Amino acid sequence: MELALAIVFGCCALGAGIAMIAGIGPAIGEGYAVAKSCEAIGRQPESKSSVTSTMVMGCAIAETTGLYALVIAILLIFVAPGLMGNLIKTLSGN
Amino acid sequence: MTEPKKPSRLVDVLLILMMVLPLAAAVVLHVLFTPQEEGVAIHGAWVYYSADPDADLSQVISTGFIITESLINSWLVMISITGLALFLTHGLKEKATTVRQHVAEWIVENVEKLIRGNMGDFHVRPFAPFVCAVLALSVFSSLMSLLGVFTPTSDLSIIAGWALLVFIVITGYKACNGPRVYVRTFTSDGPVVAVLNVIGEFSTPVSMAFRHYGNVMSGAVIGVLVTSFLSGLSSSLLGAFGEAVPLLRIGIPAVLSVYFDLFSGAIQAYIFAMLTMLYVGGGFSEDDWIRRHSAKPKQTAGQTA
Repeated sequence: MELALAIVFGCCALGAGIAMIAGIGPAIGEGYAVAKSCEAIGRQPESKSSVTSTMVMGCAIAETTGLYALVIAILLIFVAPGLMGNLIKTLSGN
Repeated sequence: MTEPKKPSRLVDVLLILMMVLPLAAAVVLHVLFTPQEEGVAIHGAWVYYSADPDADLSQVISTGFIITESLINSWLVMISITGLALFLTHGLKEKATTVRQHVAEWIVENVEKLIRGNMGDFHVRPFAPFVCAVLALSVFSSLMSLLGVFTPTSDLSIIAGWALLVFIVITGYKACNGPRVYVRTFTSDGPVVAVLNVIGEFSTPVSMAFRHYGNVMSGAVIGVLVTSFLSGLSSSLLGAFGEAVPLLRIGIPAVLSVYFDLFSGAIQAYIFAMLTMLYVGGGFSEDDWIRRHSAKPKQTAGQTA
């Protein structure tokens, strides 16, 4: 049973790490958005406030996929080991 | 002459108490229910009351009912915001002379301006209170973390409740167009796209809930990680003294808190309100309504006024 638990816990940690690879996407997207808005502010400095507020809004929306990955990773770290451990204990105990 | 209209001091004091006491109660409850433990740890909301204390959490969710810290805190925040609103609007005069009336007018004018810019004049009257309530609840819930208690916004069930409410409002406004128009918004591009449209419709509340929850909770998790790292660092650098008094832990995590608690919480509240406005405004367009009901101009004019 120790081996099964070890595999479950290790795979939960690995899965959380792999899930957070999704952080690449929002990082590239937000970097692109910020770069473009810097260009826009450079061209038209008087439109700084509206460009900045639109950029923050867009960044927050582009962040969504990264947050999905984050929620999954946190579920894998904090919730899944307990549930799977209980399952394995009940399965092997009976 | 102004003597009888002067707002009474007693009511002011009572309203200030109504603002402050719930927050104090949240801190007291948090201290009372926090078990003795070593160091800092990542934990969910404490369970204040459970119908069946021995049951596993997954069983409780399906069978019994539990009262968690986030539930209590969100009700306390609501009471506090109600007190703030009553305090700001107490003793209103036709011409603003007091600071609090200026503040109240500033809030109302800005929210109406925001809605007018994003949704059009038509939605200002019905939606200004709703959007302002969502904004205030979200901001003040996120700011609860400054008191050291569990933030209601870092509990998925609370945010999911708000997102469900917003989803009901969106669907209600879309259904206002009439059932035929509502169905046509999904099926206008063919059957395959219709399935995707329905899935996309249901992903709206999920993404709204996850976005807000993920942001606030990731801030809390990173704060705890940095804090525990700094206390470990100070004990390894300074030896026994650092273990007793974690010097490095003082102040440095507060810099993160400025970003994650203040900035991120406010931005997420703004985005939640903004998405509500955009979805409702997109689901129910004033021009379409007027065009379809041009045979009944009186009713339309009465509603736009």
